[in-house]
Parts: sequence; structure tokens; C-alpha cells
Amino acid sequence: MKIYRLIDIAKVIRSKNSGPYELTFDIIFKSQEIFEKVTSKKLVTSEIIGELYKVDPRDVSIVEFFPASAIKATIPRPIPSGDVAETDVYGAQQHGPLLKLEIPMEG
Amino acid sequence: MREMRVLSPTAILGYGFPLSSFKSGMELDPHLIVVDAGSTDPGPYYLGAGVSFTHRNAVKRDLTLLLEGAISQRIPLIIGTAGGCGGAPHLQWNLEIIREIATEKGLNFNMALIPAEIDKNLVRDAFRQGQISPLKGVPELTEDDISQATRIVGQMGIEPIMVAIEGGAQVILAGRAYDPAVFAAFPIMGGYDRGLAFHMGKILECASIAAIPGSGSDCAIGYLRDDHFIIEPLNPNRRCTVTSVSAHTLYEKSNPYILPGPGGHLDLRETRFTQIGKGSVKVEGSRFRPSEEYTIKLEGAKKVGYRTISVSGVRDPIMIPQLDSILNEVQDRVRDNFSELGEGSYLNFRLYGKNGVMGPLEPEKDITPYEVGIIIDVVAGTQDMANTICSFARSTLLHFGYAGRLATAGNLAFPFSPSDINMGEVYNFCIYHLMKVKDGKTLFPVEFLEIGG
Repeated sequence: MKIYRLIDIAKVIRSKNSGPYELTFDIIFKSQEIFEKVTSKKLVTSEIIGELYKVDPRDVSIVEFFPASAIKATIPRPIPSGDVAETDVYGAQQHGPLLKLEIPMEG
Repeated sequence: MREMRVLSPTAILGYGFPLSSFKSGMELDPHLIVVDAGSTDPGPYYLGAGVSFTHRNAVKRDLTLLLEGAISQRIPLIIGTAGGCGGAPHLQWNLEIIREIATEKGLNFNMALIPAEIDKNLVRDAFRQGQISPLKGVPELTEDDISQATRIVGQMGIEPIMVAIEGGAQVILAGRAYDPAVFAAFPIMGGYDRGLAFHMGKILECASIAAIPGSGSDCAIGYLRDDHFIIEPLNPNRRCTVTSVSAHTLYEKSNPYILPGPGGHLDLRETRFTQIGKGSVKVEGSRFRPSEEYTIKLEGAKKVGYRTISVSGVRDPIMIPQLDSILNEVQDRVRDNFSELGEGSYLNFRLYGKNGVMGPLEPEKDITPYEVGIIIDVVAGTQDMANTICSFARSTLLHFGYAGRLATAGNLAFPFSPSDINMGEVYNFCIYHLMKVKDGKTLFPVEFLEIGG
């Protein structure tokens, strides 16, 4: 078992609005092989994303998208886009914590 | 094999495109040009205030080229979500630009306008009849949301655009529209597969964003055939790859396999992407699944007040560790001095270098930055009141005597004079819901007009 940093096995890590009330994160892996390793072992889960962003894992949706070797995670926005106290109207700078994510993986 | 070529010049009308890419596209003899003009991404202000988030001059530059191209090659030009949000003022703003270009360039054409603002009484009736439901993560609608909304738009599907085409319009200016529908309406009328037409539209609406290197301001073309379509960038410096096109399907959506829209959803579970040559991608297997009931998405924004901000920075190592408590005390001082402000006003300190970007989602809570950018952010019932609170909070913070202070001349570095900025009206989204309708046409009556001549 080895600890991999997500930053080393993914080629795209981004966040964006999915409408004004949800934030969606895309992790596109460097290869199909890595993607299959991560998805077959379920290494990126609602619990991990929930822990990272301090949201209830039941509110996190995870979709594995094979054509792009990508995992998509979606969470409700704590404050809707553009509301008075909101900080990121486009939701494009909420991915930072994912760059620090480490996942244990064989090989 | 028959083929329909659809040219998408840019991701958003006004974002621009290289003339050389557009010329290459026009040389491929497209059957139509479609451009999306809108997005909810820039936030609720533009919908509520009725203004565009793109600049008039930039929109006019793009539209001049598109109109001249479409008219000279006698092909339709369809513009979706006019003016960025597709409400009545947005539509009029864009129409005015089109009239101006037609006059300057001596162009004549038949045109259709498709308004997309939805009458509040109609929304209220639908709400009372249980025809409105929230999208995921959105609170249940209330009657207050409806009455407080400054403007409500509905997202049209292909049907009103088809009416406009049937009526002989060469240029179609649509209000709020489902982006892929603007691209798919004409091909679907020509008998092409709905699933493929919608999926091609879904990719083309962002033009060259689906290419490598990606760009929101460069042209792409789609070749729609009976059992597949091909996506190709029109700038020789860009390529579409299986990864870039399939990854684009993820963009701004919560589930990339099932993409709901007016009248049904696009099902991409069986979609296959294949590389063609160096820079094109073939897509097949996408399906459209009509829904039992036709629903359209409603978007509404309401005015919540007026904003004034003040930008400054702190670089004092004694002050920074105490910032949170200092700002709490400043809050108390402001509230104490203006007790009449009550609940209706809002005062917030946005701390860049601390949690200004992520706010409540920021996991790093225990770091002490060496420098912090502060935006004093005030929203109140009138601009005058917002100015008053902002000015008072700024002067209070500037001279606040915190524990252990050595720098007694002032606590803030202001980059600008004047230090305070009026931001004007502030809006929130208050409606983002689905409404059941009897068909895709009724809410979007098409108006025909002749331009020029």
C-alpha cells in the first residue's frame, strides 16, 4: 500500500457551479488504468469528500464517468451563488482542498 | 450520407473569436450559425437588474460578423439567451444592437423574437396547483419568492425556435433558452436524431472549450449525420480529442450521464467517443428520452438592497492574529452607533489571505497570514444607508485600539482614494425551479419582424 497524492494521479482537478445551488468537482485521472484502480476500490467516496468540505456525506453525490476517466462529486453550496455573504460566484476556486487529498492505493 | 453542418463561433456572444477561425468555418459551407449568449454563472444581478454581463461593443463586434456571414450565405443565425439572461430588457438590448448593425451595414432580413419572461400570475397559479418543484439543493418555492421576484424567465426548449424557423425567420433572437436546444431545433426539424442533435448542441454551445488548448472565444463546427456527429475546432492550433470532448460533458453538470432539459433528458450512458484524425472526435450512441410531462426551468431574482464596499489591507503582525475579535468589536460599535439599522442591513468583513475565497468551506482555520486583504462589505436598504455604514465601519476599524497595538497611526492600508465604492443594487436568486407546462410552445409566443429594407 502506498499513499498517492491526488495531485500526482489526476490531470484535471476543478470546481464549478452546477447551477446556483450546487458545486461540482471534476477529477480527471491521468490514465484509464489509474481511474479503474481508484474506482474499483472506491477510493474517492462521499465520506472523503464530505470530510474534506465538512458536509454530510448523504448530501454528496459521486458519479464515475468512464468515457473521460473522471470522477465527479457534487455538494450543495453552503450559500447560493451571488447571495449576499457568498464568496465565489462562479464556484471556480473551491477545489483547493482536493489538491491536498491523499489516497492509499496498491502498486 | 446526408450531413448538417452547424457553426458555433464562440462560447458566449461577446466573448469574441478570431476572424480567421470564423472564415475557415464559413468556407465549410455551414447550414446554420448558432450562438449562445447566456449563463447563470455571473450571478443573480444581471437577471434581476436586466443588464448584460457582456459589453455592448463586444457583442456588436461579434454580431456584425455573424449577421454579415449568415445573410451573405443565406443561412439562419440563431441566438440563444439574448443579453446573458434572456429577460425582456436583455432581448430589447440585443435587438437594438441588431437594428443598429443592419442600418450600418445595409442588411435586410426576416427576424423572429422569442420572449422568455414568465408572468408572475401564471407562476403563482402553477405554484398553487402544485406544478412547481425545486431543483436539487434548492429550497421549496414560496408565494413570497414569487411576489418579490424582480424578474422570472423560463428556459425554452426547441419548440418555439421551430415555430420561428417555420415562420420564415432567418435571424432568431431567443430569450432564456436551454443552450443545446438552440443548436438542436433546426437539425431536428430536418429529421436528424434528437439525442445526437442535443448532444452536439451541448458540446457546441461552449464552442472551442471542448478542444485542447480550450478557449471560450474561438469557433468550432459540428457535422451532424444520421447515426453520429463529429466535432472539430476551426483554429488549426486547437485539437478535439476523445478526452477533451468527453471531459467537456462533465462541465457544470452534476451527472454527466443524464442531462435533463425541457421535454426530456439526454442519456449518454451508451455514448461512444472515437478519435478521427488528429483533431476531430466522432460521437455516437447518445439518446434523447422524452419525459411524460413537459417541464421548463424557471429562474428568478429579487432585489435585496444596495451595496457599498471598501478595500484595504493589514500587514501588522500584532493585529493579524487578533483580527476576528477586532472585527467583532467593530461590528458591535457600528451596530451600537446606528441602532436604527436593525436586521435589514448586513455588514461583513471579507478577509483575503484567510478565508475570503472559500468562506464556510475553508478547511484551513489555524493559519496566521503575514498580510490580509479586507473588503468591508455592506448591504442595506438604501444606497445612502449602505454608504453610511461602510464609511463608519471603515473609520472605526482604521483607528481601532486593539490590545498590544504599537502602530497607533492607523490599522489599514488603502490602495485607493476614494476608499469606498458604491456597488449599486444587489439581487439574490429566489427561483430555480421546474414548472410543469402543457407544451413547449405556449409560454414562448414568437414575434416576427422585418429588419431593414
